[in-house]
Amino acid sequence: MSEVIVVTSGKGGVGKTTTSANIGSGLAAMGKRVVLIDTDIGLRNLDVVMGLENRIVYNLVDVVEGKCRIKQALIKDKRHPSLYLMPSAQTKDKTAVNPEQMVRMINQLREQFDYIILDCPAGIEQGFKNAIAGADRALVVTTPEVSAIRDADRIIGLLEANDFTKIDLIINRLRYDMVKRGDMMSAADVVDILAISLIGIVPDDENVVIATNQGEPLVGNNTLAGKAYQNICYRVTGKEIPFLEFEKGVSFWAKMSGIFHKN
Amino acid sequence: MGIRNFFSRKKSREIAKDRLKILLISDRVNCSPEMMEMIKTDIAKVISKYMKIDTQSMEIQISKTDSKGRDKTPTLYANIPILDLHKNVN
Repeated sequence: MSEVIVVTSGKGGVGKTTTSANIGSGLAAMGKRVVLIDTDIGLRNLDVVMGLENRIVYNLVDVVEGKCRIKQALIKDKRHPSLYLMPSAQTKDKTAVNPEQMVRMINQLREQFDYIILDCPAGIEQGFKNAIAGADRALVVTTPEVSAIRDADRIIGLLEANDFTKIDLIINRLRYDMVKRGDMMSAADVVDILAISLIGIVPDDENVVIATNQGEPLVGNNTLAGKAYQNICYRVTGKEIPFLEFEKGVSFWAKMSGIFHKN
Repeated sequence: MGIRNFFSRKKSREIAKDRLKILLISDRVNCSPEMMEMIKTDIAKVISKYMKIDTQSMEIQISKTDSKGRDKTPTLYANIPILDLHKNVN
């Protein structure tokens, strides 16, 4: 059975695309059949993060408009044979696609893939509506900052209004050192405010920048962020993985209050 | 910065948390301040028929969340100080 996951945040620049790329790669490394769909029409980026920008022929809008078949637009990943990318169009804008067309396309993809991951654009307009239309569950990405959390809260409200029952939170770019000296909200603080279940904490790690420079997701490698993304992938598949020490960055009391999954 | 300031300074982590908590209450309610003011005036008018209240310090607030989380039934809280409970109703 396939699962359609939308990666969203409201605010731009919090790491939706990086998260999508890493979760897609991580799931594919587990042998799952995965397709990543870039739904940010006019501002495509997932192709660059995946290092596949030179292989694009057709795109999402071409598929929707019937200019090509779905198979022609799918780009095979460099490293994982079961991972594909559906790139977005760079020249069109968000109104080129509507939610009904997205649902139709996703339903066709369901037959061939275990996971369909939708990288959502920032904002709450047409692009967001397109991205969530066909999704079964949502991963909301935020950073431990006031503006990102406020937008995440708005997004969670909209997802709930659209009958999403499975919404999980990813806290990105957490700096343990800053949390410890009282200058950054901890993961527990963010979970407390947003009141949804936590599926992963990604520490602020310069290796993410390096990986993006190289166009190779770092999931599964021996970096802090790589391990964190790996754990998120396991949790997405339903495995219970305890939160690692570096992932937490929380006080003794937060641990005691049972906010984190425990085995 | 003196040593007393150093110890009494509220950490920015706490400031962020406090700001967010207040901000999200009004974000989640999605009700304009004008409408809230009208509701407040009308409530004051009705109650004033029966008892003397302090309209200056009364407060109303709609809250959708309880202390445990989100998505509870929205509730209107009104805090109305009564000045005289036995106002003669004519």
